[in-house]
Amino acid sequence: MPQGTLTLEVRQPAPATSVLDVHGDITADSEKPLMDAYGEAKAAKSIVLNFTGLDYMNSGGIGLLVTLLVRANRQKQKLLAFGLTEHYRQIFELTRIDEAIAIFSSEDEALQAAAK
Amino acid sequence: MTDEAAAPQEVTSKEAQEAHWAKPVSQLHIAHEVPADAINLNVEGKRVAGMTGGFGKMWQKTYRVRLDGANVAPEQVVKVWKEHFPEFWKKGNRFFGPMASISPGDVALINVKTGGVKLSTGILVLYADDVSFSFMTPEGHMFNGLITFSARDVDGVTEAQIDALIRAQDPIYEFGMTFLGGHGAENRQWLHVLRSLAGHFGVDGQPTVERVCVDKKRQWKQFGNIRRSAAIRTVFYSVTRPLRRRGAKRSGNSMTGA
Repeated sequence: MPQGTLTLEVRQPAPATSVLDVHGDITADSEKPLMDAYGEAKAAKSIVLNFTGLDYMNSGGIGLLVTLLVRANRQKQKLLAFGLTEHYRQIFELTRIDEAIAIFSSEDEALQAAAK
Repeated sequence: MTDEAAAPQEVTSKEAQEAHWAKPVSQLHIAHEVPADAINLNVEGKRVAGMTGGFGKMWQKTYRVRLDGANVAPEQVVKVWKEHFPEFWKKGNRFFGPMASISPGDVALINVKTGGVKLSTGILVLYADDVSFSFMTPEGHMFNGLITFSARDVDGVTEAQIDALIRAQDPIYEFGMTFLGGHGAENRQWLHVLRSLAGHFGVDGQPTVERVCVDKKRQWKQFGNIRRSAAIRTVFYSVTRPLRRRGAKRSGNSMTGA
């Protein structure tokens, strides 16, 4: 199992929206960088996860995304995503995470949905 | 190394990583033979329960045992764990998986006794690699979520771990988990598994459990999950079994457990 690192950059393309640019692997060991980035974006009404730079994710990573979703729901924030490969899109469907995190093909689409 | 030489390796690595995951399925199907006394009532044809569904509070439970003195790598521990998974279970709780090992996409039946009632349910192997494997549950199971079994090296000692990120699927399960000892029964099950696993490697393991409430809120919109409850279906199945037996005898047919 790859044990790569995860780095995240936080951008604010619109006043109420933050984008978290994911680079690297999301595993059970990624809790700190993921939650730190979420902490930076906490004031936003919508949080968009950019998975274009995702190299690898295991089931521990899926668990972390569920935890992130719980935190976002608690703050009444929308969680959206784009840039998933076909494989990870299927994993989101299989685990039914796509029922809670809206998935888009591009950043523009995700930002438009976030603004609604 | 040239770019042309690197490309196929990258593809192979990506394919290998993707092979750790179960293929998408709309309905669960048990592909292996199960014993005649196993109840297959709440798995075949059912949907996977979503990671974000479920009614009750969400719990993160971590069960851990250090394999002190066992000169065994995390990969070896997980290999043994996958191959002998049912043997480590408590007596009375049964796991009917494929004979060989645990692989992504496998669907297994679980028959457990809880509160004197035999409960029939199952799991889907969502993910498996050399050092971990994870299960999801079908609709009607006690809880939604993910259970991951893994091993890792901690300061030169291999540690086996079970991580459960779970939420009771419906109000009855939530009541049972909270007030009828459901959490305790679950803890005893996984602590037993870790003790047995440690015993396999000759270690008198002292497993521990940590419990964190990730979400205190109950998801009332999921109240209706009750209609899919495997517990209710299994109780109804057990209560009506003598009637079906009588009917089968009259018509001259034999009756199996499924």
